[in-house]
Amino acid sequence: MDKNFAVRRRRDLIIAAVLAGLAALAPLFIKDVYVQNILILTLMYAAMSQSWNILSGYCGQISLGHALYFGIGAYTTELLFTKFGVLPWFGMLAGGVIAALIAMGLGYPFFRLRGHYFVIATIVIAEIGLLLFQNWEWAGAAMGITIQVRGDSWLKFQFMRSKLPYFYFALVLCSLAWFVTWWLEDSKWGFWWRAVKDNPEAAESLGVVVFNSKMGAAAVSAFLVAIGGAYYAQFLAYIDPESVMGFQFSLLMALPAVLGGIGTLWGPVLGAAILIPMTELTRSYIGGSGRGVDLIVYGGLIVAISLALPQGLVSLFSRSKAKGASR
Amino acid sequence: MGLLYGLIAVGLALIFGLMDVVNFAHGEFLMIAMYVSFFLFTFFAIDPLLSAPLVAAALFVFGAVVYLLVVRFAMRAKANAGMVQIFSTFGLAIVMRGLAQFFFTPDYRSVPHSWLGGKTISIAGIFLPEPQLMGALVSILAFAGLYFFIHRTDFGRALEATREDPGAVALVGIDKNRVFALGWGLGAALVGLAGAIMASFFYIYPDVGASFALIAYVTVALGGFGSVFGAFAGGIIVGLVEATTALVLPPSLKSVGIYAVYLLVVFIRPRGLFGSM
Repeated sequence: MDKNFAVRRRRDLIIAAVLAGLAALAPLFIKDVYVQNILILTLMYAAMSQSWNILSGYCGQISLGHALYFGIGAYTTELLFTKFGVLPWFGMLAGGVIAALIAMGLGYPFFRLRGHYFVIATIVIAEIGLLLFQNWEWAGAAMGITIQVRGDSWLKFQFMRSKLPYFYFALVLCSLAWFVTWWLEDSKWGFWWRAVKDNPEAAESLGVVVFNSKMGAAAVSAFLVAIGGAYYAQFLAYIDPESVMGFQFSLLMALPAVLGGIGTLWGPVLGAAILIPMTELTRSYIGGSGRGVDLIVYGGLIVAISLALPQGLVSLFSRSKAKGASR
Repeated sequence: MGLLYGLIAVGLALIFGLMDVVNFAHGEFLMIAMYVSFFLFTFFAIDPLLSAPLVAAALFVFGAVVYLLVVRFAMRAKANAGMVQIFSTFGLAIVMRGLAQFFFTPDYRSVPHSWLGGKTISIAGIFLPEPQLMGALVSILAFAGLYFFIHRTDFGRALEATREDPGAVALVGIDKNRVFALGWGLGAALVGLAGAIMASFFYIYPDVGASFALIAYVTVALGGFGSVFGAFAGGIIVGLVEATTALVLPPSLKSVGIYAVYLLVVFIRPRGLFGSM
């Protein structure tokens, strides 16, 4: 390990701690509920994108089906809660474990596929999940599940009067996803994944078990995304298949990482910090006309950023950082 | 219906399958084609069937322009070119949907009283809807034409060579951008044909493309990238599977059968049925 890498990692950790600290203070100054809402969504998508980045960025297995794990997290939590009275905190963990197991079960056949065949398979499996949930009567079918909210309760993780607890949980989730990524980047897994991404055959010949490292990445990634799904369900207090498992979630998880810098530590956070407020603002300020101007602006910006900065916004900040992260 | 999926997929088979460029705006190309057909009918009273060549020509220009304005730059990206292609075309799809909403409003529209719409024809006691039949016919012609084009003309060879090795192609004097712009135009023109046929019996609205796009990707991948015949076979299989699934499962689950068959096929043959890539 060269010294620069260690220095950079320590610096990253300090920056992250400072940012998280500043974010934790933000609600003291920002009282506007609308702005708080945007902050919550930004943190959540940053966390989701960070998790997606583990499998698709570091390990190079582009998945556009992560909405499946998001939905499984949301549905596990809410079904356990509304049908069996299991507290969301346990449901959240159960959802994460189930999603990780499903990810590994799917990984078994999926990781034999390469390139477009793999990407389409991930889209298709999430679409199957969506259709099944839409037709599953016991789970509310297309109508979904409404969660009864009776006052504020940390135990049940539901709050009516203030959005602040949701904000802090999103911050914790985002920090957790970041920290896991940071930690994995320097572990043997992190090095295996990058080797698998760059050249699977060479990695295999050097003793990396390609299949197992893909499985590991898929499990960690799915677990974190499912936690996010569970959180989102509690936040909305209402879920239906389209709103937690739709294809747009798969894209919204991938997009921040791609815009910020795929396979980098800071890419997802940076991408989400720009993309999510932009989405919300265009929607509420120019989307009101119902004439699609928000879509034109939003889509146009995505085209512009992805063409102008193929390595993501991270590459703007420092050349050496981008290089270091892509090693 | 299967051949209709084939018809939508044939343009994608050229762009996605043969040129190896991801186009996430394929469904939106279809949507544009349906609107062009609709307006030709409303303002000039040209039946969708007659306007099909006009729509195809309009889409040819559109496809080539999209390539020159957007895709050309997406392909130039050195790092993670695949993701850049996915997201630049995805962004484009959103823009196109937004534009459609802006200019055409989100209303559902349809072409009333077209020559084909709502009519059936009886063959040996089986009633078949005419538009679907026409779609099937056009589909077969389009596939045959594309197959001939790719395997028998200089342009087809240039196209394949450009995909294989753009650098070497430049050395023998083929302009990569010209070849690919023509390829995109051609792909879009084929979608134009599909759109014109479908305009006579489907509702037209800004999001109409999304529902067909995924099936089109699956069709192409099922047949295997790099194979025209594969996409044709894929279309037929998808149609048959959908019809069979609809018999045993509720209609809302009919796509599940298609997706399941795709997964099954690629697990057994990771390159699709007839894929060479």
